[in-house]
Amino acid sequence: MSGTTTVARKRTKGKTLLEPTSKEPAGKYEAPRLAVPVTPERDHIEGALKAALTLVEYGDYQCPYCGAAYPEVKKVQKELGSELRFVFRNFPLTNIHEHAMNAAETAEAASAQGKFWPMHDFLYEHQATLGDPSVALAYAKKLGLDGQKFEREIAQHLYQKRIKDDFMGGVRSGVNGTPTFYVNGVRHDGDAIAKALIESLNQTKK
Amino acid sequence: MWKLENKGAVRKSSKRSSKTNKITKTVDSVLGPGKLAPNFSLNSTPDQKVSLNDFRGQPVILAFYPADWSPVCTDQLSLYAMVMPEFKKFNAELLAISVDNIWSHLAFVKDRKLNFPVLADFEPKGGVSRKYGAYKEKIGESARALFVIDNKGIIRWSHLSPDGINPGADGILSALENLNKAQATEKS
Repeated sequence: MSGTTTVARKRTKGKTLLEPTSKEPAGKYEAPRLAVPVTPERDHIEGALKAALTLVEYGDYQCPYCGAAYPEVKKVQKELGSELRFVFRNFPLTNIHEHAMNAAETAEAASAQGKFWPMHDFLYEHQATLGDPSVALAYAKKLGLDGQKFEREIAQHLYQKRIKDDFMGGVRSGVNGTPTFYVNGVRHDGDAIAKALIESLNQTKK
Repeated sequence: MWKLENKGAVRKSSKRSSKTNKITKTVDSVLGPGKLAPNFSLNSTPDQKVSLNDFRGQPVILAFYPADWSPVCTDQLSLYAMVMPEFKKFNAELLAISVDNIWSHLAFVKDRKLNFPVLADFEPKGGVSRKYGAYKEKIGESARALFVIDNKGIIRWSHLSPDGINPGADGILSALENLNKAQATEKS
C-alpha cells in the first residue's frame, strides 16, 4: 500500500474494519517496495551478483520511455562499476504495445541459450524493427544461437508464463508504468535519467 | 509521463508553499474507511448513467484521476486495464472518474482500450469528487484518489497519491485481499 496511512485491524461489533491508526503527516510519503526479491536463479542480473547496490527495472521493449532510459542505465552502470548489479524484469503493456510480448519472448528465448543481455540490448537499440521478427532472428544467428530452437520457443510461447509472472510481481510491487525502477528495493519516483538514478543509488549507501 | 508531472509539482510546491497547504487540506479530507460511500449517478456514455448502488453486493474500486490523455506508457488507467483480470478474481468492479466531458472519455476509452466504465463528473463540475473529498478546488480537477468499497457500500480503504505520482495497482489488490479476509472472518 503505497504512501498510505498505517492500517491496522480493529474489531467493532463483530466486524473487521480497516481503519487508519494515524493520520499521515503532510508531505510524508513512502514509496512502494519490491514485492519479489532479486534471486540469481531466476533473475537476469548484469554486474557482480553480490554488489552492494541493486537497480531493478521493470521494462517494456516497445515503450519509448524505456528506450530513452536504456542509455541512461548504461551510464549508471559505467559510473558505478562493480558496486552495482542491474536486474531487468518484464512488464509488457500488451494493450498498448502490440509487439511488446513478442519482444519479451525473444529476449527470454535468447536467455535460454545464455544470451539474454546481448538480445536485451539489441532490442532496445532496434526498437523500430520490433514488428519484424526476422531482424532479431538474424541477430540471434549472429550471436551463434540455435536459430530453429530460438524460433520454435518463441512461436510456442514457452516463456510467456515467466513474463506474466514478472508482470504480476511488478504490479504487486507498485509498478505504475514503464520503465519503473527500484533502488535497493524501493521504487524510484524520480526521473529515469542517469543523474537521478545515481543520486538515488548513492543515497542508499549513507 | 508522471515523472515529468511530478517534477512540475515539486517546482510548484517549492515556489508557492502557502498554496501547497491548501492542497494538503484536501489530502486530509479524503473519505476514510468505515464510512458509507456516497451514492452517485454519472454518465458513462451520452445516454447511459452508472450508479454506485447498481453494484451493491460486490466490491467496487473507485479511481478518481485528474485528466484524460496523460501520456501512454505511464498511464494509470491503461495499467488498470491490464490488471483487470486480477480485480475480477475478487468480483470487483472498477469505476474511473474525472471531470472531463463524456466525449473526451469516449475517445480516451477507445484509444487506451479501457475495459471498465469511465464516468464524467462534469455537471455540476466535480460534484461527486467533492463528496469523496477528492477534488482540488484551485486546479479544478479530481485528485488521484482510490477507494475500495465493500459489498454493502462501506469504504474499506482509501488512498490519495501525492501530486503527480501514479499509485499503481498494488494498494488496490492488497485492500481487496484484506476485504476477502475480513468477510471470511465475519462469516465464521
